[in-house]
Amino acid sequence: MANNITLLEAVNQALDYEMAEDQDVIVLGEDVGLNGGVFRATDGLQKKHGADRVIDTPLAESLIAGMSIGMATQGLKPVAEIQFMGFIFAACDQFICHAARMRNRTRGRLSCPMVLRAPYGGGIHAPEHHSESTEAIFAHIPGIRVVIPSSPGRAYGLLLAAIRDPDPVLFLEPKRIYRLQTETVTNNGEALPLDTIFTLREGDDVTLISWGAMLYETQKAAEVLAEKNIFCEVLDLATIKPIDTKTLLNSVEKTGRCVIVQEAAKTCSVSSEIAAILAEKALTSLLAPVMRVTGYDTIMPLFTLEHHYMPSVERIVATVLDVMEF
Amino acid sequence: MITGKAVKNFSINFSQRLNEHAELLGHEKALQRAGLDTDKILALYQTMVLTRTFDSKAIALQRTGRLGTYASCLGQEAIGTAIGHMLEASDVFVQAYRETAALLKRGVKMQEILLYWGGDERGSDYQACPQDLPPAVPIASQCLHAVGIAYAMQLEAKRTGQEQRVCLVVCGDGATSKGDFYEALNAAALWQLPLVFVICNNQWAISLPRSLQSHSQTLAQKAIAADIPAIQIDGNDVLGCYETVQLAIKQARGGHGPQLIEAITYRLSDHTTADDAKRYRTEEELQQAWEKEPIKRLSQYLLDSQRASQSVLDNIQNQCTQDVEAAVDIYLATEPQPCSSMFEFLYQDCPVHLQEQLASLKGENHGQ
Repeated sequence: MANNITLLEAVNQALDYEMAEDQDVIVLGEDVGLNGGVFRATDGLQKKHGADRVIDTPLAESLIAGMSIGMATQGLKPVAEIQFMGFIFAACDQFICHAARMRNRTRGRLSCPMVLRAPYGGGIHAPEHHSESTEAIFAHIPGIRVVIPSSPGRAYGLLLAAIRDPDPVLFLEPKRIYRLQTETVTNNGEALPLDTIFTLREGDDVTLISWGAMLYETQKAAEVLAEKNIFCEVLDLATIKPIDTKTLLNSVEKTGRCVIVQEAAKTCSVSSEIAAILAEKALTSLLAPVMRVTGYDTIMPLFTLEHHYMPSVERIVATVLDVMEF
Repeated sequence: MITGKAVKNFSINFSQRLNEHAELLGHEKALQRAGLDTDKILALYQTMVLTRTFDSKAIALQRTGRLGTYASCLGQEAIGTAIGHMLEASDVFVQAYRETAALLKRGVKMQEILLYWGGDERGSDYQACPQDLPPAVPIASQCLHAVGIAYAMQLEAKRTGQEQRVCLVVCGDGATSKGDFYEALNAAALWQLPLVFVICNNQWAISLPRSLQSHSQTLAQKAIAADIPAIQIDGNDVLGCYETVQLAIKQARGGHGPQLIEAITYRLSDHTTADDAKRYRTEEELQQAWEKEPIKRLSQYLLDSQRASQSVLDNIQNQCTQDVEAAVDIYLATEPQPCSSMFEFLYQDCPVHLQEQLASLKGENHGQ
């Protein structure tokens, strides 16, 4: 059955599908049960699958991550929600020091098939600590996967893949585009691969790579540039860790130019990693420096200034023009 | 100001069976009711002696460069022994990192423990108790894993109708200052989980004495906030430990929710082989603690009560020494892991970037 749904509804649909298919899947977090989550990502799940499997936890992020690890070692598949990414740091000791390491430190005796979901990113006029993009911190950690969808269809397929993955996955949901667009998604339980860059638009002049909500601006920029006869190839990174280097290199070898667009701060970010990969492996293909359009290395401002922080279509277009003129 | 009436009263009891002078408190029949006949008491004695013999050997191995930094359990053998003897094989034990006695009774091999402290991950690949967790070095973090494990067990019992399995988690006195400890107590009580918390209060968190860790008169009382039944016991009294752990597990298994035991013991060793406790505690305090240690106490009781002769106890010691030596031989003869193993167990399926890095490690390419 195919539905025209938002990214948020796709998350809900994937959770619902997998809970019905696999009774070991457990959803837990703050306000996820009766209230259906503050964004309604888990709406209706408790009523359908029971309070034993859709758990309203106490307000304790370390508990949410830590008990998920305990469950996962015993064969359950917890999908835990951290209400906003800004609150994930209280869960980091558990996620980084235990979830990421359990398989390795027991030489495969125990594993940690858990998903930590969190809405992330700015642009919705949210209060303090509700708008950050700190995916790079987690991408640095061995033993976990970091996945970010950018459309309803990819949210559905990637979340199913994350739940079925035998290792811990951080699944970050770009909340700015939770309800921005709808897409026809077939609720057939088909997962997408967790090691693949998705090519959203083909072009020969410059590779634009982004992820999450920023793909919205990136694709708009590609449209603007097409009118100027500059043809961009737009890539959705989707899986932040591990990066699909092959697709990235194939694209940049074709275009010879790359602009990376991210909402996160610049220094030591995912864009830094992509630029380093290109420096290591694509130098002879490059016709221009790899450029980055990113958030600034500032504290994410409160919402009256956040539009100055977020990369805009204009900044992306201007950067691509610079690269083309190099 | 209006004087309110008490809406709830709290107290913490202290429990002991064999006191510091090896005198049995209460009636012998209490031992029988708990299943503590002479054979069982000798089995407890054997576990404590094996643990101490192993511990002493591990320190010797470290001092001679054949083991890494090691956390001794000297003086804390009783509570771990009681835990190890009381848990069923199907239960799950969640350790901190000083619970050698319990591990040995769970079937963890001495060579596995040596491998862990010898810097080899295979030491946490327990063959005998595949669901038990490895050591938890970040303090108190394991309390939350135990909550998840107990939640899974409760769900399993509801679904299958099988007897409730239980989880038992150990933490130290220092851990009771951490948020994870409180978050675990709160959640375990909220869901009435089949979970037993044991605080192994050895009086020291590296250099911080119990008196500077918390103003709380007991650590057991921290459970009161979560409405968890809690008791303080003499953690060097293996008979009392056995009875208390038995009751707590029975309560948890019977659907009466989580239980907490604060076992008062003493860390007779340094924090680890990398520590020097002389910097922060007095020789006098240490000597006083030696007077209360658990093995001497039980051996005196066994001899005084004529449950065992000195030669029986000597035979136990001799057998333990032989068993430890045999395990050390296996440990020292263990081939090192291939260097590729650091890549092989990160994910179930090794991602491409790690395959490239592994090739680099093997010298098959450069700078990947």
